Amino acid sequence: MENGFSSPRSESFPAGLRVLVVDDDPTWLKILEKMLKKCSYEVTICGLAREALKLLRERKDGYDIVISDVNMPDMDGFKLLEHVGLEMDLPVIMMSVDGETSRVMKGVQHGACDYLLKPIRMKELRNIWQHVFRKKIHEIRDIEHHESFEGIRLSINGSEFSDDCIMFSGEDLTSFKKRKDFQNKYDERDYGDHSSTKKHRVVWSVDLHQKFVKAVNQIGFDKVGPKKILDLMNVPWLTRENVASHLQKYRLYLIRLQKENDLKASFGGIKHSDVPSKDTSGGFGLQSSIHTNQNDVANDRDQFSGSNFYGQDLDAKNHDGDREEIVLEPKPDSKKPLTADVPDPQDTRCSQMSFDHSSASLGSDVNYTEFDCSIPKQYPWSECPEVQSKQEHKLLLQLEDGFSQQLPCVPQHYIEIDQLQSGRDISSPIKNEPVLVRCKSHRESHISPKETAIDDFSVQPKSLTAYHQSFEPSSTAISSMKPQAVDLSCITDLESCQRNLISPTDSTFPPFNEDLTVCWLQGDFLNKNFGLPNMEFADYSDHGFVADIPVHLYDTLTSDYECPYDPTEYPIVDQGLFIL
Amino acid sequence: MDGVAQLQKQLVDFTDSLFQEGFLDEQFNQLQQLQDESNPDFVVEVVSLFFEDSERLLNELAKALEQKTIDFRKVDAHVHQFKGSSSSIGAQRVQKVCIAFRNYCEEQNIEGVKPWHRCLKCLQQVKLEYSLVKNKLETLFKIEKQLIAAGGSIPT
Repeated sequence: MENGFSSPRSESFPAGLRVLVVDDDPTWLKILEKMLKKCSYEVTICGLAREALKLLRERKDGYDIVISDVNMPDMDGFKLLEHVGLEMDLPVIMMSVDGETSRVMKGVQHGACDYLLKPIRMKELRNIWQHVFRKKIHEIRDIEHHESFEGIRLSINGSEFSDDCIMFSGEDLTSFKKRKDFQNKYDERDYGDHSSTKKHRVVWSVDLHQKFVKAVNQIGFDKVGPKKILDLMNVPWLTRENVASHLQKYRLYLIRLQKENDLKASFGGIKHSDVPSKDTSGGFGLQSSIHTNQNDVANDRDQFSGSNFYGQDLDAKNHDGDREEIVLEPKPDSKKPLTADVPDPQDTRCSQMSFDHSSASLGSDVNYTEFDCSIPKQYPWSECPEVQSKQEHKLLLQLEDGFSQQLPCVPQHYIEIDQLQSGRDISSPIKNEPVLVRCKSHRESHISPKETAIDDFSVQPKSLTAYHQSFEPSSTAISSMKPQAVDLSCITDLESCQRNLISPTDSTFPPFNEDLTVCWLQGDFLNKNFGLPNMEFADYSDHGFVADIPVHLYDTLTSDYECPYDPTEYPIVDQGLFIL
Repeated sequence: MDGVAQLQKQLVDFTDSLFQEGFLDEQFNQLQQLQDESNPDFVVEVVSLFFEDSERLLNELAKALEQKTIDFRKVDAHVHQFKGSSSSIGAQRVQKVCIAFRNYCEEQNIEGVKPWHRCLKCLQQVKLEYSLVKNKLETLFKIEKQLIAAGGSIPT
């Protein structure tokens, strides 16, 4: 089936919706094809699940929605559903002559956006476009939030970052235009553009970020500007916008760290259990590779005020530490931006974060561990996740306990975040949800073709969390969904995000934890796969890790991750997930 | 014209009876509505596809029940498939027999009747209903053909 470019539609959405029907029953295939054609949709029929997957993989943007039967001889319909959700992030509708509740539930659990009972009526097919539309709306909402966030950030950064401002306005217009186009009229070209745009993300690998930091240090943090950095970095494919957005995030991260540092001082007693995080991360296969990277990047990392900035969840080592940093700034010394710290402080920082701070502001840490746990478990293909899950689990338990105790400590943290956030708050009803911010930042990458902002974060092992925290506005996307979480947000970033996510929103978000974990894990894991050939799995990365998480959730939360995953993750993910 | 009017009446009456006797249900109407100028023989095509697929399914079902050791899961899968298939054209009675097939075979304690005996009985019933609806539909199409040949049009 050709996408819109080859067969332009004269009508607007939902006409021309590209549907892929998969059913082993030839009679039904014929009937459904006819019915869908009557709805003015573009139909492709397929009698085998494997064939369908092939078609989908061949043309990533070739279809808008997939309708599949549950019982098929070559592959279970639920399995196909999972694959499609993971790899292509398309809405999938299941069909069956069997309407048993357990089956329907299974379908929903596996991510189906609808479950139709045979015999299927025309009127049921007429409305399937809503699933596609809903998805797009969520994506756009994410982009909007991201854009707004970017704008706010720019204003915070001030006039000295004129480059950034310029970039911002550019991105803003782009995203605005996208949104407008989409909402005004379903134009397939825009549609296609949007999805294709998503894939051109810069993955800020550890190496790349290292270069970035070196360049920044060389220029001098106060005098730095995207152009100068870009020139120094000498990475041909990197654009000024990529650097600018990355720089923005970096700056905010540093600012936040500093503030947290001040806040931390009040907390006192930051324990530095030596490398507990290391221990926990030690078990992970991923970790070993991370360690290597970490060592290499350690200095650089320290420079960015602790590993938090980038490798929040990703580095096993920095995992705990990073997370903490983002939220709490456990270590004043680690917070110094651009100071050449030794790796050790970083480690300590990590370690302290994972366990010691549970009572203080570990909320975020707790959450991170939680997330990590959830993600690893689901993907046997990655060694790290499995290992991680075990360790993370322990952490999780501990942290969770600690977390619940956090409340009393939270207020301070909360306040700080509030301050940080207030500057950036765009429109979200929930202000104190650093976690949300994180999610948002992921989305940021989603936004525009320039997605540089997100790229930065996606790959960085540590920064993910950090970024998210500072990007409060981004959380609006999530928070807008759930105003209710506000009261909880003070507890932890993650919690707030969690709440937001869990509360019913128009975008059926699965439990936040899962999402975050996915994000984090993905970022971390992906980081390690730098060397892998780029694969076009922008969407895949999002979904790859959480099998049961609704597509929606992935869209919003992991949009960020899409970037990092593009170049490197995919090969690995592909191996793991495409095993039929 | 008399001939056409007669044929039309015949067609309508016959179709009504099929619905009343439960051979066909609402789904068949849906198929008829899908038929248009771009696809004037849509219903006939779909039903032909159904016949083809059904013969195949029934053969497989019979084969599965002839095995020394019957794989009941396979039998169940075939019946399920047939159930789905018959629902596509609205062959209601066939569908019902398929449901009964699965229920009957799954029942553990039916005295005196071994599971595979039960399955054979059910298969006989399915085959019977299938051939009934096949005959009915073939008759229906014949009348339609005659009607069109006589210059009339199929009443909607």
